[in-house]
Amino acid sequence: MKLIASRLVQAVMVAILIGTATFIMMRSLPGDAAWRIAAGRYGYDNVDAAAADTVRAELGIDGPALPALLQWLSDLARFDFGNSLVSGQPVMDEIVHQLGASASLALVALLLSLVIGPPFGILAGLRPGGMLDRVLLVASTGVKAVPQFLMALVLIVLLAVHLRWLPAAGHGELRHFILPGLTLALGLAAVNARITRDAMARIADMPFWRFAQWKGLSERQTLVRHGLRNVSVPLITYLGLQFVTLVEGVIIVESIFGWPGIGHALVHAIFSRDVPMVQGTALVLGLGFVIVNSAIDLAVRRLDPRVAG
Amino acid sequence: MSSIDFQTTRRLPLSPMRAIGTGLITLVAALSLLGPLIVPGDPLAQSLIKALAGPETGAPLGYDHLGRSVFHRLADALRLSPVIALAAVATAGAAGLILGTLSAAKGGWIDRIFVMLADALLALPGLLLVLIVLAMVPGTALGFWAGLSLVLWVEFFRLTRAATRETLASPAVQASRLLGFGPVYLFRIHIWPEIAPMMLTAAAFGTATAIMAIAALGFVHVGMRAPTPELGLMMVELLPYWREAPVALLSPVVVTFALLLGLTLLAGSRET
Repeated sequence: MKLIASRLVQAVMVAILIGTATFIMMRSLPGDAAWRIAAGRYGYDNVDAAAADTVRAELGIDGPALPALLQWLSDLARFDFGNSLVSGQPVMDEIVHQLGASASLALVALLLSLVIGPPFGILAGLRPGGMLDRVLLVASTGVKAVPQFLMALVLIVLLAVHLRWLPAAGHGELRHFILPGLTLALGLAAVNARITRDAMARIADMPFWRFAQWKGLSERQTLVRHGLRNVSVPLITYLGLQFVTLVEGVIIVESIFGWPGIGHALVHAIFSRDVPMVQGTALVLGLGFVIVNSAIDLAVRRLDPRVAG
Repeated sequence: MSSIDFQTTRRLPLSPMRAIGTGLITLVAALSLLGPLIVPGDPLAQSLIKALAGPETGAPLGYDHLGRSVFHRLADALRLSPVIALAAVATAGAAGLILGTLSAAKGGWIDRIFVMLADALLALPGLLLVLIVLAMVPGTALGFWAGLSLVLWVEFFRLTRAATRETLASPAVQASRLLGFGPVYLFRIHIWPEIAPMMLTAAAFGTATAIMAIAALGFVHVGMRAPTPELGLMMVELLPYWREAPVALLSPVVVTFALLLGLTLLAGSRET
């Protein structure tokens, strides 16, 4: 309960922070904000000075900053994000549309990384100091130093342009998932593999592990019965931390591969100074992070009852 | 295991990993600082007749699509983002150090407010924050500095606060306090030696993060603007011509990778 309460406080702080930042952004926009908002409400053809004045009076745009900020934040609290300044559509509708694309990409990346990273980590951790362990250390250090946009560039040049195996950009078919998914997954897998390796080496060094082998379990049985659950605890905790990398990656990777998700929308909104869209997308990304982390806290407690004590 | 590792790295500041890291950074720094002195040239001068031409004595890495020397643009770019990154890390480090010590020493409401603020910032992906600040602050370099400082101070704050709290509760500090030593002395003698080794790691990671962020945003066209030589921007500009001028595209890629790898190795492993 205490955990959920502290996460709630965090979520509220995130909302206030983003709300205030976007409010300052709105105020510092060049031009008359009242005209822009009026145009967003009534359409660009129907805006006149009277409409702008109505908006100005209603929102207190020229008035003191503090009441206007409170108004802005209370709109936020009612989940009223307003309309996009560019498309005129409600921000909420657009975000719901984009969230699916981003979430599916993130999920594919996460699953790919779990297929690539932890198996190597477990094999390396079972023989610490062995050949595979040393190769893995070098490989994961190298991959970790490659920023996501660079990974995207290398994969595009290699797999899409040079070998022509996959489309360089696009959305809609299954094969379009592979390049952006792989770009995100390789970076995650580099860390996953190291975490798994360290956990596996630590667990394989413990008395209960040796006892399990001594009582006659094969290495495979020991791993399945005593290893995997123990290894999964630090791995899952780390997945929570990696979610930040994933969200940052989504912003970059979606823009590079033209993926119609939240990150792509955010970059576009920032580019065209579409403040309501910036606020909406930033809020969804920030709150999504808090929610995922809460879920992970709860999952870790379920897997490892010792944490709760 | 991990505590032993940590102590050996502390006693030997130059482990092989760190030595390689320092070497890579020195190499890149030498390229950017000494390169233009050895081969003089202008990073902005165009000559379209030489567009995408191969390497020659005046331009050791060839020319880009507008006939500008890739070597000189690269040297310029290697001064731009690391300088912004170092400025941001210095600001963030100072802010984190001061606020972290203050938070740990005062406790109570001050502590709670700063921790809440840090937690909220931690919940925001760094790139998102940098993007928002970039949209608010006029001037791209200034915006990057402000945004990255805002992102990076949290790490320094959390490290400092945790270490300071632990140290302040130790018998050694209590003894010093009983002897009547002031807060400045306490910080210099007891707290700083505890924090200092962590600061190098955090600073190296922070610099790498900052350089990555600047390059990544340049790569998707929301960072530095066009004529400025910047690592990410150079790559995205040269990407369409990689068949004609592979060296021109590869050189910023390789140098960026070397710089980031160097910083990661210098930081050493961050144990959890």
